[in-house]
Amino acid sequence: MPFTPITLKVNGAKYTIETWPMSRLIDVLREELMLTGVKEGCGEGECGACAVLLDGELVNSCLIPVLQADGAQITTIEGLTKNGEGHALQQAVIDNGGTQCGICTPGMLMAALNLVRRNPHPSETDIRNALAGNFCRCTGYQRIIDSVARVCREEKAA
Amino acid sequence: MNSVIGLPVRRNDGAEKVAGQSRYVDDLRMPAMLYGATVRSIVARGRITGIHFDDGIPWDEFTIVKAPDIPGKNCISLILDDQPCLADGFIHHPEEPVLLLAHADRYLVEEARRSVRIDVDPLPTIFNMEDSQARKEIIWGSDNIFKQFVIEKGNIDDIWATADFVIEGEYHTGAQEQLYLEPNGMIAVAAGGNVSVWGSMQCPYYAHNAVKKVMGLNDENVRMIQTVTGGGFGGKEDYPSVIAAHAALLAWKSGKPVKLVYDRAEDMAATPKRHPARIRHRTAVRADGKLLGMEIEFTVDGGAYATLSPVVLSRGAIHATGPYFCPNVRIRSQAVATNTPPYGAFRGFGAPQTLFAVERHMDRIAAKVGLSQAEVRRKNFIRKGQTTATGQEIRDDLDLSGMLDRALAQADYHSKKLRFSSENNRKQLKRGIGISAFFHGAGFTGSGERYLASIAGVEATANGEVRILTSATEIGQGTNTMLTQIAAETLSLSLDHVEIVTPDTAVVPNSGPTVASRTCMVIGRLIERAALDMKEMLQRSGLLASTYTPSEFRSACSAYIHQHGSLRVFVQYESPPDILWNDDTHRGDAYATFAWSVQVAEVSVDTATYEVRVEDFVAVQDIGRVIHPVLAAGQVEGGIAQGIGFALYENVIFKNGRMENCQMSNYIIPTSADVPPIRVFFVENPYAFGPMGAKGVGELPIDGPAPAIVNAIENAVGISLNSIPATPEILMKAIRSSGCLSHP
Repeated sequence: MPFTPITLKVNGAKYTIETWPMSRLIDVLREELMLTGVKEGCGEGECGACAVLLDGELVNSCLIPVLQADGAQITTIEGLTKNGEGHALQQAVIDNGGTQCGICTPGMLMAALNLVRRNPHPSETDIRNALAGNFCRCTGYQRIIDSVARVCREEKAA
Repeated sequence: MNSVIGLPVRRNDGAEKVAGQSRYVDDLRMPAMLYGATVRSIVARGRITGIHFDDGIPWDEFTIVKAPDIPGKNCISLILDDQPCLADGFIHHPEEPVLLLAHADRYLVEEARRSVRIDVDPLPTIFNMEDSQARKEIIWGSDNIFKQFVIEKGNIDDIWATADFVIEGEYHTGAQEQLYLEPNGMIAVAAGGNVSVWGSMQCPYYAHNAVKKVMGLNDENVRMIQTVTGGGFGGKEDYPSVIAAHAALLAWKSGKPVKLVYDRAEDMAATPKRHPARIRHRTAVRADGKLLGMEIEFTVDGGAYATLSPVVLSRGAIHATGPYFCPNVRIRSQAVATNTPPYGAFRGFGAPQTLFAVERHMDRIAAKVGLSQAEVRRKNFIRKGQTTATGQEIRDDLDLSGMLDRALAQADYHSKKLRFSSENNRKQLKRGIGISAFFHGAGFTGSGERYLASIAGVEATANGEVRILTSATEIGQGTNTMLTQIAAETLSLSLDHVEIVTPDTAVVPNSGPTVASRTCMVIGRLIERAALDMKEMLQRSGLLASTYTPSEFRSACSAYIHQHGSLRVFVQYESPPDILWNDDTHRGDAYATFAWSVQVAEVSVDTATYEVRVEDFVAVQDIGRVIHPVLAAGQVEGGIAQGIGFALYENVIFKNGRMENCQMSNYIIPTSADVPPIRVFFVENPYAFGPMGAKGVGELPIDGPAPAIVNAIENAVGISLNSIPATPEILMKAIRSSGCLSHP
């Protein structure tokens, strides 16, 4: 199959790349755009480590052929830092012990961001369900859940 | 300076991790780098008769390494040196590496891997412990036995006649995959007779030793550098040595950097897991519930090569009596060979298996004797001054009874138990509550720490910055933050004056492996001693007063370095006094000290779907002084979540020795929707020979959840399960065959 030009708007910057249209979005982000904050944990859409926002929807970038993202706006973990300032969720995860080995953290934060944007006052069950597509093997989840809850309580989610 | 010990200071890798800026091995690339792949056997045992390269692949563009290409010794050096780096003529297990490939195109290399066919003349296989012990086929050594030994205390043979009850039970635990979220991987560079390997690992010096022998090089020609590591849990103790050796071989043969990163399926299918185990108990008990004698038989399936099985066996056996005093004990243990990929280290290292058995067995004893589950434990808890199965006297303060009370109170155990028993009859969703009590030895078993003789150190720069030099690895557990706290505290400096040097065998000394709940207690102590020595050197040389400011410390370092060239202190492990162990008889002080814990699990069992949910979890533990309360609690919570998986979900399915469910979509681990709130409480009895009084915490929490949960299931539905994982299918079978539970 021939290479195709694909246009992506990633973290606010526009890129046009020549690539095989069925390339996985994760590979384009990691290998072409060097956005290695997007992690591969399973390659089958199960663990959520590669989660990004695609036109505002939370997706596993290992399941998206890049053709499907042509013209889309994509936010990766790298896009959460603006002018050197991180998102309140990131700070809360550090303070509460919500990151250990750190491999799940970028995808987990994207899932948390997706939740708080849609539901600024989630219950603990809402948070548990919203993060259930993201595996963490280190923390037992409680400190991640507490981090999201704290940010929402302090109304820093926006 | 205010103390930084016991405070939740900010973890020093947190900011990079939440920003996605930490660089793990797969995030790195080098100029002209090739991608490696491993061609593995699909059969379990046999003689290799031929290797075929299918048409359609430009094989002349590939770097290909076979066993005869290995310049050094074809073995992965660990304990018995029986595991080849690449199979040479014979296959002993599925997924055994046979051939290595490398090419600049990572997609083509994967296609090429699938285009190599290995012809094997099959030989008879053994896939379970029973067949191995029956010697249906000799597949390893002369008797299929990697290691066996007996622990004896008192006189067990004379006790049976005096017992009021003799209670027997047989228990089984399954294989468990570590499932660190970052798959294994290495990048190797070979140039000018030197090999450097970067990658994800727990034990840089294990890999250093293995690569050195495979490549036939000297110590100074091999360099291992740890990259940010996405979890290990024991799974990155021994196998990274294999991957490092493979990457090194490909880099050496191609003359180019080679990246060898596993995908999830390869990582799950090929790398070690927790040993499946069978534990038999026969216990002599007095009418009042006192344990008189425990006869225990502990068998583990080691897989095809010895790897770490001898030491997993040893730790499991030593923990097999649980945290109880019993005057007469015999523990027979055996690690046997099967034609499955070798099992290895997983958090707990044999102890979760034997502690599952004994803690299920204590509930059985309680029922037989007519005591409550809490009281039968309380009656037998080991106390200060009493001895363990190996004859080790408990010298530190210990109050297991108080810990039990605290756990029961926090869990509201007694009133819940009453309520559940009155309400369960009427409900489809039945509730239950269960207890486990357990212990975990900190550091290597027996003489292990003496043999390791670990070294760690600190150095100062002329502007008063302190650098910690150790091969202890940060794998997520918070080692770097914890060691920084200990150095800063000892030197009365703030945390930002201390940094950790990345583990690189060309730079840091051999501090032993990052395993066995040893990092805080052993390496933390070395850093404390080295920092203290550094301070005393400066004070003795008259450059530093007994109290000082950071700027006075900086001036002292600067002056010292000006006079002597450098300021660097290394210290070596010294055993605490009166610690004696006999390797031949398995008697004596098995560990320098133990951490202790009581856990309470509350479950609900849906009698229509047979689904078990853990609804609440309380964990009380004595880990000595807590250096960092958030990191320590994080260890406990994470260990419990893995223990919940071990108990209920994590089921490795084998077919002819191969893992069939080597995907995250069919090997099930707990998610945020499955794990209950976990409530963690510390009891701090300072340990005199740990840094600031600390012991180890990493492994302890995973020892308890499985028995507590299965005990709770029995409390809920009256079904006694003796093997895990307790999946809905197993529970359904047990409930239906018992006929004791009618559906509402």
